[in-house]
Amino acid sequence: MCGIVGLLVKNQKMRANIGELMLPMLIGMTERGPDSAGLAIFGAPVDDEARKFSLYSADLSFDWKKFGADLNSTLKTKAEIEVKVNHAVITTSVSPEQVKAWLLSAYPQVHLLSVGQLMDIYKDTGTPAQVASRYDFSKLSGSHLVGHTRMATESAITPSHAHPFTAGEDWCLVHNGSLSNAHSIRRKLEYEGITFETDNDTEAACRFLQWRMREGDDLKTALEHGFDELDGFYTLLMGTKDQLALVRDPFACKPAIVAEHDDYVAIASEFRSLAHLPDIKNAKVFEPAPKEMYVWKL
Amino acid sequence: METITFDLDQHTLREVNQYLHSDAAELNGKTVTVANPNGSHNIAVGLKSDVNVTIQGHAGYYAAGMNQLANVVIEGSAGTGVAENMMSGRVHVKGFASNAAGATANGGLLVIDGDAGLRCGISMKGVNIVVGGSVGSFSAFMAQAGNLVILGDAGEALGDSLYEARIFVRGSIQSLGADCEEKPMDAESRQILVNLLAESGHQDADPDSFTLLGSARKLYNFHVDNAGDY
Repeated sequence: MCGIVGLLVKNQKMRANIGELMLPMLIGMTERGPDSAGLAIFGAPVDDEARKFSLYSADLSFDWKKFGADLNSTLKTKAEIEVKVNHAVITTSVSPEQVKAWLLSAYPQVHLLSVGQLMDIYKDTGTPAQVASRYDFSKLSGSHLVGHTRMATESAITPSHAHPFTAGEDWCLVHNGSLSNAHSIRRKLEYEGITFETDNDTEAACRFLQWRMREGDDLKTALEHGFDELDGFYTLLMGTKDQLALVRDPFACKPAIVAEHDDYVAIASEFRSLAHLPDIKNAKVFEPAPKEMYVWKL
Repeated sequence: METITFDLDQHTLREVNQYLHSDAAELNGKTVTVANPNGSHNIAVGLKSDVNVTIQGHAGYYAAGMNQLANVVIEGSAGTGVAENMMSGRVHVKGFASNAAGATANGGLLVIDGDAGLRCGISMKGVNIVVGGSVGSFSAFMAQAGNLVILGDAGEALGDSLYEARIFVRGSIQSLGADCEEKPMDAESRQILVNLLAESGHQDADPDSFTLLGSARKLYNFHVDNAGDY
């Protein structure tokens, strides 16, 4: 199983409360995914040269203050650091390559979840309600988000195996389903110089799309290649800096339902995650067709 | 006629379904309204009395599954497996239905006003299904008996490995499945179609605008020439 949710808020006034609107959506997907949950939120962009780095440490008592001081002194920067439990978002103008290289040498135990100008990622084990309360999801503001509740079927239950996965700056993906050829995709991509962080099947799909886009495909063409090469069941929901995109496998083995309203577009695995949304009675509710790409822009 | 209302914001689904499983003497002829269904699964499953149930909104998975005798109306859409394995009675979805609507159903009438998803009527065993919109791919897969009426279009592999069910389609068909072929509309089939259109509120639809599909019966017994079709 697994549950997916997506919310894109068109009404500017409602963006301050996107976390509150989303929370019942994520919790509504608890039965589909009780073991881990995660969320990518797209908020206000940082300055042109700056980047946000979402980081995670398995160690709950990790000293983020010392981490920030080390980062600033070694990389000669004045990074902002915002800590939520064992997650932190740092904002700095130092290049992503330099930050990644420094992390690897100085703090290999710190996991880099995402890089971007708008996107923060939080993911962890626990029920959706526990994860949401641990990271204050209800207080998030932003224009759009992608969330996931996981019921692991093919790899371990750890924070790194939770969704979303990223494939480039301000780009994330969540997946409901399972891929039967994840390992062969992985072997193929490793020859292309693509590196993996986990043995999760969704990461294989994510890295596949990353590779296709690196080779010059736009998202639509990358997904068309995905239909040929990804073997299995999937509903994929992707978030970019200004859009949400959704595809379902050709057999529509995994569910999805969409509500389009003047104020928002909401996507979930099932209607029960959409039922609470304001004025849902006047939304256009439909099931996306298999093997078709749906895109909603801000 | 007595009406009893359950609000799923106030009552648990189990309370509703337990009431709907009361003795026939308690239920027969009554109308039970379910407010705020909000996509809950398994609403009004396994009913076996002559009771009317109105679900005022969108239902989740397996709504009205295994129905016998009851008349269930879903005013919104229905999730996966609506009226699956229905034995008798009537289920009416006013919105769209997701995948596997009416799967394996033995009898009764399933009416879907909107579109139905993939695998509508898969392995149907005697049910009548009328879809006002279109159906997705692999509909009526291995359908054994009963009638599937589609007023809109059909997706890929319609009626694949069909047994003795009839399929009536008014719109276009993306592709027929193995062993499914067009048949001449005989008088008996036409009368079945006319009756089903009338029973499902589509009496204005012209029965002569439908194509009848049935089994070519070439896969019933193994023949090596057909090996690729299995």
